[in-house]
Amino acid sequence: MRNRAEGQAERAGGDQERAGGEAKRAGRQQERAGRALSRPARDGLLLGLAVGTSGLAFGAAAASDGLSTAQACALSLLAYTGASQFALAGAVAGGGLVAGTAGAVLLGSRNALYGLRLAGLLRVRGPGRLLAAHGITDESTALALAQPDAAAARSGFRATFAALYVTWNLATLAGAVGAGRLGSAQSFGLDVVGPAAFLALIWPRLRAGRAERGVGLLGATIAVAATPFLPSGVPVILAAMAALAGALAVPRAAPR
Amino acid sequence: MTGTWAAVLATAAGCYGLKLAGLTIPRRVLDRPVVRRFAELVPVALLAALTAVQTVGSGQSLSIDPARLAGLSAAVIALLVRAPFLAVIVAAAGTAAALRALGVA
Repeated sequence: MRNRAEGQAERAGGDQERAGGEAKRAGRQQERAGRALSRPARDGLLLGLAVGTSGLAFGAAAASDGLSTAQACALSLLAYTGASQFALAGAVAGGGLVAGTAGAVLLGSRNALYGLRLAGLLRVRGPGRLLAAHGITDESTALALAQPDAAAARSGFRATFAALYVTWNLATLAGAVGAGRLGSAQSFGLDVVGPAAFLALIWPRLRAGRAERGVGLLGATIAVAATPFLPSGVPVILAAMAALAGALAVPRAAPR
Repeated sequence: MTGTWAAVLATAAGCYGLKLAGLTIPRRVLDRPVVRRFAELVPVALLAALTAVQTVGSGQSLSIDPARLAGLSAAVIALLVRAPFLAVIVAAAGTAAALRALGVA
């Protein structure tokens, strides 16, 4: 409820915010000097470190699918989006590179949808936007959207991006050169970190209203029902239909 | 080998282009109530879907992993008692790890 009210206020005050940008920047610097690590930054670092370890699995899969270590690392550095990377590695193993590439890029479309939502929140321009775009993932989006205000959202986004990017890339390299055989991330319960984090981060939204709960439940149902029939990654994109249904069902509830 | 490199670079370019496209969408478009409402609900739908699929899915099939399910249940309990984010993650991973270490699940 609090999130929502503040979000509305923030949108309404969008123009003032731009005018008061200078003052805000000074305030943020003060805040940074005052406390070593804000709560969104700390949460983001933890999330990035924990989820980034799954890069081990990607590196190992890429190596066994026939990608060189350099190719696996290039994907993690440049594509930096798990679902698409796994899909391309699978396509390399199975042949059909052109269709595989198209499929991998299609899987990246959910990041475009996240970008839609993040645009108003991050308010980045110029080179900053080029860098922020690269940082859009499930994790950074979820952490940014769970914050009470725009400044906290930006801080959470940056922290998640930094920690996840570094960890994911180091883990990819380690996995590609065979470190995956040393131990299983599962034995540390790291496979539960992703789903638990996503649930925790949308929890406030689920509590906020019936429409949100309905959309979340419908999205989860669509994805699970489609999983046996569609290639991995596609069911999650299909779940965007739930958001479309929600938007069309209650357009009047849209805050102006 | 060259073909694989081309696929790797094309995938990287395409994925980055999509991220940038979403972020660069003109403000006018987002000012339409239905579009804005859609953009607001998309993360809820997709992240709920990811939670579900990563919990009960493995690749293209559905499977129940008792330790993973118990870990997620621990996360739900932690959320219900309003535990902070860190505690939710630790409860989830710790529960799954402990059950696997004990050989229970």
